[in-house]
Amino acid sequence: MCLAIPAKIETIEGTKAEVDIRGLKRSIGLHMMPDAKVGEFVLVHAGFAIQRIDQDEAEETYKLLENTGITIS
Amino acid sequence: MMDLDKFRDPTVAAKLVKRIEALCDGSAAFMEVCGTHTMAISQFGIRGLIPKSIKLLSGPGCPVCVTALSDIDRMIAIAGLKDVIFTTFGDMVRVPGSHSSLREAKSQGSDVRILYSPLDALQIAAENPQKQVVFAGVGFETTSPTIIATVLEAKEKGIDNFSVYPAFKTVPRALKAILESGQTKIDGFLCPGHVSAIIGVRPYQFIPAQYQIPCVIAGFEPLDILESLVMLLEQTRAHKKGGLAFTVQTEYRRGVPDAGNPHALAMLDKVTKACTAEWRAIGNIPDTGLCFREEYSAFDASRRFDIKVEPAIEPQGCICGQVMMGLHQPDECPMFGKKCTPESPVGPCMVSSEGACAAWYKYGAGN
Ligand code: SF4
Repeated sequence: MCLAIPAKIETIEGTKAEVDIRGLKRSIGLHMMPDAKVGEFVLVHAGFAIQRIDQDEAEETYKLLENTGITIS
Repeated sequence: MMDLDKFRDPTVAAKLVKRIEALCDGSAAFMEVCGTHTMAISQFGIRGLIPKSIKLLSGPGCPVCVTALSDIDRMIAIAGLKDVIFTTFGDMVRVPGSHSSLREAKSQGSDVRILYSPLDALQIAAENPQKQVVFAGVGFETTSPTIIATVLEAKEKGIDNFSVYPAFKTVPRALKAILESGQTKIDGFLCPGHVSAIIGVRPYQFIPAQYQIPCVIAGFEPLDILESLVMLLEQTRAHKKGGLAFTVQTEYRRGVPDAGNPHALAMLDKVTKACTAEWRAIGNIPDTGLCFREEYSAFDASRRFDIKVEPAIEPQGCICGQVMMGLHQPDECPMFGKKCTPESPVGPCMVSSEGACAAWYKYGAGN
């Protein structure tokens, strides 16, 4: 039930935003993310943005995983 | 945007599995606390990838599964009142109460509507001023802020025919209750990513401090889960070898800042306060519920409607409570896959798509 999906904010009007979820357009509430900006990626749950997706952290995490070493000291 | 599908890359997954194998010395039991993790672990066959000596236990992380039967009975009773439109997320409608479910109530004439967002309920309330619109307040910290934001909007817009039946649950103290029960041996927690997106890191810190086990806040893709297992095992190893203290680490850094979401937390605090909650098949746990503060009691459907229900009748022989405490795996239930299937579920762990029994049934036991 705690599934949240990534979406890109396209327009903002007050507490409402239009987002793009893999090509699907939806209107969501920004009540919990009043400082969200157009172009940012957010996690959407039950019609609300609940958190920002940090792109740099995503890249960094992936790089770290890609370079996983198998031997351990 | 970075392609998040990369977090399913099989080559990287294979490396992580090798690392898990290398780190694994002896047996370990890790509990995943989130139903979405339970699903992901089964769906991606994580159990089949990692050494048998690592046990993954499903915790009480499905809000539908842990909603008390008496709450379900009351919601069904409210839905049956004249001039009530009862609104809910879809997962709730199939859960059997003592005598029926919201879905059955609907087929018998109650106005029950499944919504994607609680904001839609507000819309319905505005369009139907002569009706009472009630929303089923079921969910963990991921979901409760969306419902509370809707309450605040109702207040602001003066929509007073809207209310919420509060059956919210909060996660950290429930983990404490599991550890305190002393029945389950747990060597670490995979903490729920989207609950943590709201509450942040701090609420889990008592776990390593008081119970000397590691916590890792995990994302939901296969690489996230494998990497989180690596982190749990690395902490365990560093503790054994060098006496390093256990901590709460975040693997899912892209979605969980340390402080969580302060706006959401402030809204929750404004409207609700912690109270004791009844967890289905587990019992009462202090400070794991959210009740309306006095100033917002007008939005509390459990007060607005004077509902009396008979004592709840639990399904005979269902061991869902023990499954959610990590004491049994689903296929250890004699009814699993026989009397109890997703088509005709006996207990809540089989009804909800995120229940441990449903996940084991759908993707194969032990996956
Ligand atoms: S298989 Fe069905 S009856 Fe058995 S524990 Fe799971 S939900 Fe309950």
